[in-house]
Amino acid sequence: MLFRLPSFSHFFNTLIDTRGVFFDAMILTLQLTIVSILIGIIIGLVVALLKISRIKILGYLSDAYIYLVRGTPLIVQIFILYFGFSGIFLIPDFWAASLALAFHNGAYIAEIFRGTIQSIDRGQMEAGRSLGMTRGLAMRRIIFPQALRRALPPLGNQFIIGLKDSSLAAFISLNELFNVATTLGSNNFDEMNYLLIVAVYYLILVAIPTLGLRALEKKMSISDQ
Amino acid sequence: MAREMIKIEKLNKSFGDLQVLKNIDMTIHESDVVCLVGSSGSGKSTLLRCINYLEKKNSGKIIIEGEQIETSTHNINEVRQKIGMVFQHFNLFPHMTVLENVIEAPVHVKKVSKDTAKKEAMALLRKVGLEDKADVYPSKLSGGQKQRVAIARALAMKPDIMLFDEPTSALDPELVGEVLLTMKELAEEGMTMIIVTHEMSFAREVADWIFFMHEGNILERGTPEQIFDNPKEERTREFFSSQF
Repeated sequence: MLFRLPSFSHFFNTLIDTRGVFFDAMILTLQLTIVSILIGIIIGLVVALLKISRIKILGYLSDAYIYLVRGTPLIVQIFILYFGFSGIFLIPDFWAASLALAFHNGAYIAEIFRGTIQSIDRGQMEAGRSLGMTRGLAMRRIIFPQALRRALPPLGNQFIIGLKDSSLAAFISLNELFNVATTLGSNNFDEMNYLLIVAVYYLILVAIPTLGLRALEKKMSISDQ
Repeated sequence: MAREMIKIEKLNKSFGDLQVLKNIDMTIHESDVVCLVGSSGSGKSTLLRCINYLEKKNSGKIIIEGEQIETSTHNINEVRQKIGMVFQHFNLFPHMTVLENVIEAPVHVKKVSKDTAKKEAMALLRKVGLEDKADVYPSKLSGGQKQRVAIARALAMKPDIMLFDEPTSALDPELVGEVLLTMKELAEEGMTMIIVTHEMSFAREVADWIFFMHEGNILERGTPEQIFDNPKEERTREFFSSQF
């Protein structure tokens, strides 16, 4: 097949004509991303805590999980989890995809949390302990609030990565943006046109966290002064 | 004789192969103000940090208010509530206002009601001259102000003993005085204090006892007059002649 650049008017007309179906797909992509990032945050928090805990075996388990996720392609993880899940019990495609993406995001988010928790000055924990706080209380009241603040920019970044990674859910036939674009493209023998259109939708979606992150960083640099 | 607040017997502490504290013995009585002096690396800070178990001793006895403290038999968190600590780098909690810093431990450790804690905190902030900064975040304070807040925060737990780990070493010279003044007032109120410091004129003025440390030992101890004016040890003499 030969991809030719569409004319601008053709591109623009198609963009307008297909807005309904792409809007639905955009919502699905957004849902996939938000759900998988939220679950990923829970996984990430737990794994980060296990990793910094003083019980060695828990740390090794977290290491194994992170190595597994970082060491294999996301598409392989999605296929394994999708066919694995659907082989054991019936689970809607949306949730199979969400869980697979969450499993993947969780490892990266765990590393974000671990990094920011460990970046907090040792003196903060010492100050808390010297006041009679237990390690847990000092973690909760002193370390976590500061670590979470520092985690927000990399979490925003992970959200953007997760948003684009959600396109791989197309391969388990979820009608998110990328799947809609490739389906419509091949049905109409107009692949390039639809790929350009879907790129526009991704750019729109990515603009939201990008602007949010910029505002956040500005606010943080002011309050740090 | 006043009661013994801290008694240390044969305390040893090593970091790996490096023995930082060698068979330290010392006794500190109620309302004593003791200044630990000596060159860096002599073990002053480590000795101070062993007292509230921020560093774990290798061997020896640490007896606080008559009770021998061991991690196996004592809840260290309860022991620490009786021992306030002030750090070289302040270690204020940057995500909390000054007032929140001061009430944090009373409210969450001692379970004092928020209203009571706030009232007591405001009184402490008045005492260190920072009542008007109660709602400010630490990042807006000067170094001297930060350290005075840190002192108020430690005092909020109503400790019997206060440890100061080089409290003025990170300060600009013009801000040292305000912190030393706060500490002097505390000493005059009868607080038992152990201070690691390089401020020799302050030590001479405020301390009841000077402990001179050298290579993990307390090489010489005595009143400021004895130590500063008539040191017995050659090392002590050398150290002070380099200070003035």
